[in-house]
Amino acid sequence: MALTSLEKLRILADAAKYDASCASSGAEKRTAKPGGIGSTTGSGICHSYTPDGRCVSLLKILLTNYCLFDCSYCINRRSSNVRRARFSVDEVVRLTLEFYKRNYIEGLFLSSGIIRSPDYTMEQMMLVAKQLRHQHGFAGYIHLKAIPEASPWLIEQAGLWADRLSVNVELASDISLKKLAPEKDKGSIRAAMGQMRERIVEAREERRSFAPAGQSTQMIVGADDVTDEAVLRTSSDLYSDFGLKRVYYSAFSPIPEASPVLPVKAAPLKRENRLYQADWLLRYYGFTVQEIAAGGEDGMLDLEIDPKLAWALKNRDRFPVDVNSADRELLLRVPGLGSRAVDKIIACRRHTRLRWDDVGRLSGGMKRAKAFLVTADHHPSHLTDRLDLRQRLAPPPRQLGLFE
Amino acid sequence: MKRIELCDGADAEGFRQAVRFLVAELIPPAEVVWSSSNSPALFGEAVAAGAPPVALPKAVAELVGLVVCHRDPERYALLYNLIWRVLQGERSLLEIASDPLVHRLHIMAKAIRRDIHKMHAFVRFRRVEASDGEWFVAWFEPDHLIVERVSSFFIDRFRSMRWSILTPVGSLRWDGDQLTTGPAAVKGDAATNDDMEESWLGYYESTFNPARVNPSMMRAEMPTRYWHNLPEAQLIPGLLQAAPQRVKDMTEREAMAAVKRNPDKAVAAMTDQEPKTLEQLNQLIAASEPMVPGGTHAVLGEGPDRADIAFVGEQPGDQEDLQGRPFVGPAGELLNRMMDEAGIDRRAVYLTNAVKHFKFQQRGKRRLHVGPTAGEVKHYRWWLEKELSFVHPRLVVALGATAVLALTGKALPVTKMRGPAVLGEHPGFITVHPAYLLRLPDAEAKEAALALFLQDLRAIKALAQRTRE
Ligand code: SF4
Repeated sequence: MALTSLEKLRILADAAKYDASCASSGAEKRTAKPGGIGSTTGSGICHSYTPDGRCVSLLKILLTNYCLFDCSYCINRRSSNVRRARFSVDEVVRLTLEFYKRNYIEGLFLSSGIIRSPDYTMEQMMLVAKQLRHQHGFAGYIHLKAIPEASPWLIEQAGLWADRLSVNVELASDISLKKLAPEKDKGSIRAAMGQMRERIVEAREERRSFAPAGQSTQMIVGADDVTDEAVLRTSSDLYSDFGLKRVYYSAFSPIPEASPVLPVKAAPLKRENRLYQADWLLRYYGFTVQEIAAGGEDGMLDLEIDPKLAWALKNRDRFPVDVNSADRELLLRVPGLGSRAVDKIIACRRHTRLRWDDVGRLSGGMKRAKAFLVTADHHPSHLTDRLDLRQRLAPPPRQLGLFE
Repeated sequence: MKRIELCDGADAEGFRQAVRFLVAELIPPAEVVWSSSNSPALFGEAVAAGAPPVALPKAVAELVGLVVCHRDPERYALLYNLIWRVLQGERSLLEIASDPLVHRLHIMAKAIRRDIHKMHAFVRFRRVEASDGEWFVAWFEPDHLIVERVSSFFIDRFRSMRWSILTPVGSLRWDGDQLTTGPAAVKGDAATNDDMEESWLGYYESTFNPARVNPSMMRAEMPTRYWHNLPEAQLIPGLLQAAPQRVKDMTEREAMAAVKRNPDKAVAAMTDQEPKTLEQLNQLIAASEPMVPGGTHAVLGEGPDRADIAFVGEQPGDQEDLQGRPFVGPAGELLNRMMDEAGIDRRAVYLTNAVKHFKFQQRGKRRLHVGPTAGEVKHYRWWLEKELSFVHPRLVVALGATAVLALTGKALPVTKMRGPAVLGEHPGFITVHPAYLLRLPDAEAKEAALALFLQDLRAIKALAQRTRE
């Protein structure tokens, strides 16, 4: 019996939900033209939150979850017994517009299983984007998941419609540090990313619009035994080699119809959270992968405390730092001080000498900062050397389970 | 004591007038009492009108604009305090975020920004069928007095729609052309259902991952006070309740025996998708979107398969675009003539362009040729490579810099590199584009350049012949 539109939506939303890279950020500012609909704001908007705490920003669906391929971590792989559905191009276009008009979403995140051929699939996805832009004057956000096995000329066109393009790396270990990966798959993923990077950079220089929100990728953690350090090293390479806007980490979570080669247990969500924090330190706080890894043990991040605090505890000789004189780089390394607080501190310092209460108005992390920061009226003296500092700063130990 | 009464709501204009007046009269903040009402008493407007405008640093003016939207009755007093201190010499007061007054105002501004952001996010329109077509109506309860401030966002976004946003502190109505602000409304004024809501709820339910339950995170970002106006929020208790069992079922169920599906199809699809003939490739190019502005349809390469020589130009021009054939405009005519002279038969060579669409700017009735950028040339490279792999010429001739860039991926100076060269993987030859010859203003220089071009064509012919032997 034919599926109803709603049944298809349920199946294809369910199949797409394991992709975390669905933010609507990074777009150029656009507004609707006369007769058109849609705008983008730059930082993106979360229109709702599901009980997993995740933001609902884009209509995140697959065009179809039929797939010729058989990737074991994927619920849509050929050999899984999951229910299948397929949307027509028109159905996706209509659904996107109707959702958008009610202010449910910022736009569309479209991915797909591979049917007929990678090229055919990619063409269908692009057709959705093209119709939205051309026929409906849609200026909202569009994220297309490119299919790395598709012919390169399709990517050359995808960027004309999409704000963001992405290809998922999926597993950190699949990426060799060497440029020339021997296996086709790794090669095609990196080739697609390299191609997108080149075009995005060129277009930006030439003030043309080509995937103006850049490209991103996702890695699943916990489906194999790769260390956090290796994951971060891969990210760091991806940021520098391909100019990625974001690397998303997705803690492996058990999927229905799991393949027998996968672990049945979910990776702790805490691990994903720590990886995001570490990623932030890499991009905005001047940390290297090596420094972050040194804060943990055996290449794994400390799950109990955040990676910046972990690093500081192992580098106590560099503290305390004087809030009134230390340079920006050093202040950024103080646990409890975020980059915004640091910028405010630096602006204030030009006009006044900061006391403890002053800093308290600039940062919410003073409890953590206490042992590491000197102010006009506060000196932590030997706090930094206390052996029980870690215990004092770590949250009370408890097992973070599946349902927190 | 000076009493100042402003209008209820976010009375930015009244506050501005008051500040002008107070500053002109040199009345310090401690001597002002602020209040607001439905119909405020006037405070010496004549004086205010005569008072000079107060020049404030941009950041201060922006902060004032935000904070007047706050519900805190103290907001005007706090703002006047700030303005007073700024005018008394503390010009960079706002930079001192640690100052208690600045700190408090920043917190208030942040609350407003957040409220605005949440309104952008959580307004839910419902479609109403009116006699003259559809309207979209929303009911929303903001924390602060931000209704007018959000109007531009909704207009920018839903320009072609007709919509109303009703709130307890005022309403907005957009008829597709004009914005009208209206009085406070009640929830009963708004629509109660919508034909897409079932789909939205279905989507919300399906996109939730029961293995990652984190209700406190959800509540932090989507506070419960918003829930009663969010249709999807009614699902939350049920989803939370069912989640543990769903995960248990998922993990306890043994990995199912896989449906056997033959992988041959996948492998075949991978290798089979590439166009297999020049004709198939051309169909593909013709059906694709131009990757340069202006371009209407693709002008494809022309000439026999397996031609000895392939000439690659820049892009089709006006004539080429109209006739749908390469090298039929003035530059093409010149090329024909020169080839004739050099003894090259046009019908025996392959002619194509690096960029397949005519990039132009419309100037009145004329379509002015605009050279493609490096990035645009690269968009077309894959096609050119594929095309040449089908034609498989003995010699590829790059006519001009764009062709060189397309064939090698590098920007090389044509005049220096002129002559035989390896172009990517092809034995090749670099020379100028005939359009360049047409543009030379000086007759003598032109004569010389034409002679040089002819010489190149002869060399090309000889080279192609040699590779054949
Ligand atoms: S190709 Fe994509 S959809 Fe298909 S099994 Fe692999 S990951 Fe899943």
